[in-house]
Amino acid sequence: MSNVLALIEISHRGEIAASSRGLLVAAATLGSPIAVVVSSEPLADDDVARLGELGAARIYSAVTPAAGTVLVAPAVDALSRAVEAYEPAAVLTTNTADGREAAARLAVRTGGSVLADVVQVRTDNGTVVAQHSVFGGAYTVESAVDGGLPILTIRQGAIEGQAPATTADVSTAVMEATTAGAAVIDRFNDDPVVSARPELRSAATVVSGGRGLGSPENFVLVEQLADALGAAIGASRAAVDAGYIAQTAQVGQTGVSVSPQLYVALGISGAIQHRAGMQTAKTIVAINKDEDAPIFDVADFGIVGDIFTVVPKLVEAIKARSN
Amino acid sequence: MKIVVLVKQVPDTAEERKLDLATGQLGRESADNVIDEINERALESALRIKDANKGTEVVAMTMGPDEASQALRKALSMGADSAVHILDDSLEGADTGRTAATLAAALRSTGFDVVLAGNESTDGRAGVVPAMVAEHLQLPLLGSLISAEIADGAVSGVRQGDGGTLNVHAGLPAILTVTERFPEARFPNFKGILTAKRKPVATLSVSALEVPASASRTVVVSTVERPPRAAGRKLIDDGTAANELAEFLVVNRLV
Ligand SMILES: Cc1cc2nc3c(=O)[nH]c(=O)nc-3n(C[C@H](O)[C@H](O)[C@H](O)COP(=O)(O)OP(=O)(O)OC[C@H]3O[C@@H](n4cnc5c(N)ncnc54)[C@H](O)[C@@H]3O)c2cc1C
Repeated sequence: MSNVLALIEISHRGEIAASSRGLLVAAATLGSPIAVVVSSEPLADDDVARLGELGAARIYSAVTPAAGTVLVAPAVDALSRAVEAYEPAAVLTTNTADGREAAARLAVRTGGSVLADVVQVRTDNGTVVAQHSVFGGAYTVESAVDGGLPILTIRQGAIEGQAPATTADVSTAVMEATTAGAAVIDRFNDDPVVSARPELRSAATVVSGGRGLGSPENFVLVEQLADALGAAIGASRAAVDAGYIAQTAQVGQTGVSVSPQLYVALGISGAIQHRAGMQTAKTIVAINKDEDAPIFDVADFGIVGDIFTVVPKLVEAIKARSN
Repeated sequence: MKIVVLVKQVPDTAEERKLDLATGQLGRESADNVIDEINERALESALRIKDANKGTEVVAMTMGPDEASQALRKALSMGADSAVHILDDSLEGADTGRTAATLAAALRSTGFDVVLAGNESTDGRAGVVPAMVAEHLQLPLLGSLISAEIADGAVSGVRQGDGGTLNVHAGLPAILTVTERFPEARFPNFKGILTAKRKPVATLSVSALEVPASASRTVVVSTVERPPRAAGRKLIDDGTAANELAEFLVVNRLV
C-alpha cells in the first residue's frame, strides 16, 4: 500500500489538534498513514499512543528547536524530508492557516500541486481524487493532480469516522533550526477557554445570532438557546463586526462552513454570503421579524416574530419537553 | 518603500455564482466581476501607509483577462500610484501553482519591499497563492494577519491562529496577507477617479517573464450541482409559534 503523509498540528502547549482524527481517516482511505509531527522535544509516549489510536501506522517525528519559534518553515522542512524518505502518494494537511501555508510551500519545493479545502477523498485506479464543496455547497467538484505530488488541505470537521487503531512505529529526525526566509513567532496569545460548548465546525447543532441581537449583552439570548439545545454558537459577519462575538464564530463565505443536523438563525437576514456557510445544514430554523428576509427561502421552519419574545419561550418549551 | 498589492477580480459574492458543469470553471452567465473585497482591504492598509509617509509607492498587480483591468482602474482611483496587468491567453484556467509562479516572476521584475495580499479569495478560497509566491521568492510570509505594523526594514503583525493569535515578525522584503479584521476600504473620490486615467498601467505577457515550467497541475474530474433548497413552513408568531417550533424539533429528534 502506498504511503500517505499527514501533517499533525500540535499546539505550542503540546496538544494534538482535534483535526488530526479526520486527517488520519482521510490518509487511511488513501493508503498507509504516516503522521508527520514537528516538536521541540522528542514526542511523549502518550502522543505516540494517541496517534496510533487515531490510525497512524508510522510517525515521522521531526525534532527541532525552531518548532514554536519559527512560523510554518519547520513543518515544510519536515514534510519535504518525509516526502524524500517515504515517496508518498499524497500529503495531507489541515485547511488551517498553518496547514495551507505548509502545503503551498511544499508544492513549490517538491513540484507538486495543492488541492485545497477538501471535504472527502477517494482513489480511482490509483489516482488520488479530492472532493470540494464549492460556492457554499451549491456544487460538488472533484479534482486530481496531473503529473506530480497531490497535496491536499482537508477542511476541519468535514471527514467523519475513525481510522483503524494501530501501534505506530516512530522514526525520529533531528532538524537544525533554519530561520532564513521565515517569519519569527514572538508570542502566543491563547483564546480563553470559555465554555464546554461543542466545537462550531463539527457540532450537530448550531445556533447563530445576527445584527438583530442589537448589542453584545443581548447576545446572551443566543447562548441560552444554544445551551438548551447543546449547540455550538455561530454568528453573522454583521454580528462579528458589531463586536457581539469573536470573529472565530463567523459562519459564511469568509467564515466557517458548517453542515450540522440543525442550524438555528436568530436575527439574521440570510445574505447570500451567510447562506454560503450554512445552507447544507440538514434542517434550518429561522426567527426574524421581517417576513421577507431571505433566510426564510432556505428555512425548513421559519417564525416571523421578535426574537426577544419568541426565544425565551422556546428555551422554556425545550426545557419542559426534555425533562 | 515600495508596496505591491495583489488584486484579483472575482464574481460578486452578492449574486448567485455559477460553474460550467462541463469544465468546472466559472460559467459565463455567472455573477458580475468585481475586485475581491479582501484585496480592497489590503490596498487600504497600503494606502494608509502612503498617507502617513509620502515617499511610499503603491503598485496594484493583477493576473487576469482583459476585463481585470477594471479592477486595476478601481485600485488606481482609490489611490494606487501605478498598476501591473499580467495578461496572456495562455493563463486562462491557470491553477494555483501556475498563478503563483507567474506572480512571483512578475514581482521579481517589478521589485518591492512589501507584498500585500488577501488571505484567501472568495472564489477559489484556496488561500495558498501568497505562500507559494513566498516560497518561489524565498521570502517570509506573515499570513492571516488581523493587524500589521509596517516600518522601514521590518514588519510585525498579529496572526489569527486556530486556538488564539500569534505575534509574528520578519525583516523586509516580506509578504503579508490580511484578513477581514482589517478596516474596510475607502471609496474612490472624484479626484481619484479623474487622476486614475493618467496613471501608468504596465501590461506583461508570460513571454516577457521567466516563469518556470511545472510538470504538475490540477485538473477537474467532475462537477455536480446540488438541487436548491426549498422553503418550508413559515409561521407568523401569534404567541404560540415558540411551542410549535419546540414540537417540530422534538418530532424531528433535534432536541
Ligand atoms: C466579500 C464578503 C464576504 C462576506 N462574508 C460573510 C460571512 O462569512 N458571513 C456573513 O454572515 N456575512 C458575510 N458577509 C456580509 C453579508 O453580506 C451581510 O452583510 C451579513 O450577513 C448581514 O448580517 P445580519 O444578517 O446579521 O445583519 P442584517 O442583514 O442587518 O440582518 C439583521 C436581521 O435581523 C432582523 N431583526 C432585527 N431585529 C430583530 C428582532 N428583534 N427579532 C427578529 N429579527 C430581528 C432583521 O429583520 C434583519 O433581517 C460578507 C459580505 C461580503 C461582501
